[in-house]
Amino acid sequence: MKDIRKIHTPLADEICRELSAGDAVTLSGTILTGRDVAHRRLFDAGTRGEALPVDLRGMVMFYAAPTPARPGRIIGSIGPTTSMRMDRYTPKLIELGLKGMIGKGRRSFEVRESIKEHNAVYFGAIGGVAALMSRRVRSAEVVAFPELGPEAMMRLEVVDFPLVVINDSKGGDLYEDAVSRRGDARRPSENTPIEML
Amino acid sequence: MAGLREISCRVVSKTVRDLFIEVNYRLGDDVLDALQHAVDTEDSELGRYALERIIENAEIAGRESLPLCQDTGLAVVFVEVGQDVHVVDGDLYEAIQEGVREAYSHGFLRKSVCDPLSRENTSDNTPAVIHADIVKGNKIRIVAMPKGGGSENMSSSVVLLPSDGIEGIKQHVVDMVAKAGPNPCPPVIVGVGIGGSLEMSALLSKKALLRPVGEPNKGDDRLSTMESEILKEVNSLGTGPQGYGGRTTALAVHIEMMPCHIASLPVSVNIQCHVARHGETII
Repeated sequence: MKDIRKIHTPLADEICRELSAGDAVTLSGTILTGRDVAHRRLFDAGTRGEALPVDLRGMVMFYAAPTPARPGRIIGSIGPTTSMRMDRYTPKLIELGLKGMIGKGRRSFEVRESIKEHNAVYFGAIGGVAALMSRRVRSAEVVAFPELGPEAMMRLEVVDFPLVVINDSKGGDLYEDAVSRRGDARRPSENTPIEML
Repeated sequence: MAGLREISCRVVSKTVRDLFIEVNYRLGDDVLDALQHAVDTEDSELGRYALERIIENAEIAGRESLPLCQDTGLAVVFVEVGQDVHVVDGDLYEAIQEGVREAYSHGFLRKSVCDPLSRENTSDNTPAVIHADIVKGNKIRIVAMPKGGGSENMSSSVVLLPSDGIEGIKQHVVDMVAKAGPNPCPPVIVGVGIGGSLEMSALLSKKALLRPVGEPNKGDDRLSTMESEILKEVNSLGTGPQGYGGRTTALAVHIEMMPCHIASLPVSVNIQCHVARHGETII
């Protein structure tokens, strides 16, 4: 890759405005991890107007649950899970200040709209490179829901996490671009349900 | 004629344990070769970037004994028991479960199995899904296949109309891969099972994933032709590595088939991510 931009957390508004779908970046700084149950709990607390166990403002959430760390290691292998399972909770968390999400796979219309409205960003992490990403984690501590085991919320200090911008604040969508750029002329049948692509 | 032979459950447990640890840390040479070939032929810069990180990851995981992927899978075990084997020192199924339990605990693998409704984790990655066959001979062959959730979620079984024929099957498989898009962590390997009953087609589609990546079906020319035709169409979708765009959406399409009912055409598609982990030992 020619141009890989280095960015840091907390994500500034200006950075979010500049990032475009298809940009390769490396991210450094503090991020949070959270998956299905953690999201539901944050969503429920936020909806009821209660205080959250973590401050989401300017934060980046990584949809991840690592393997157990060997003794003497900071963390086990860690990588993204499928983001769509978090879709129903995400607009609320963005409303509460979440600025970036790291996962894999397509987001719902509501999430993409929320990203535009609040100048946020959705990053793709490469699925299945969890040993590589593990080595870019400098510290890890559980900050909420320890009873969830690997799905507990953690605060990670990361250095040069390799990411790609999927959905940007201008409505750009790398996944859409990929299939529309290459696919149309060669798509094998008109019956392919385009709305599901 | 092979004579009757005793095999201890302790040996079975240790074999299962060693296999699951090994395959979670080390990617097969067939997969690595296919990935390297993809790097050489991929014309999308982001696609190549993803493929190179995937190869780099395999090097790190192997060197440092770290799981390749954080999703160390639901444990799927294929076991072929020779009819002249006498299993001693316990229960064969329980011995396999014990091997899985030990692998996921001692190998620092993630426990990813839960009650389907309460979603409560079973805490030791059991129960494994075990497929047992009785075969000739006095050996036991064990195949370990940790299967990740992201790619399994994009898989399906359907029963097509006999009149849908070869074209209908090809269309269905291509549509499944198109719909899956970036979600199953492409480049994927597409396992297809045709025929049998509904559940047998699903089993065939999973067994198809055990073939070395890119090795064509050897028993039936119609199937090897379909494999290469579907692969070409899938790799024209544009999805590419991780959905970032490019020509490498799939590394291979593998089809297995058996006869079915005159009224039916069962077709299952089992999608496997690029972390295609499986290994076998013959006891």
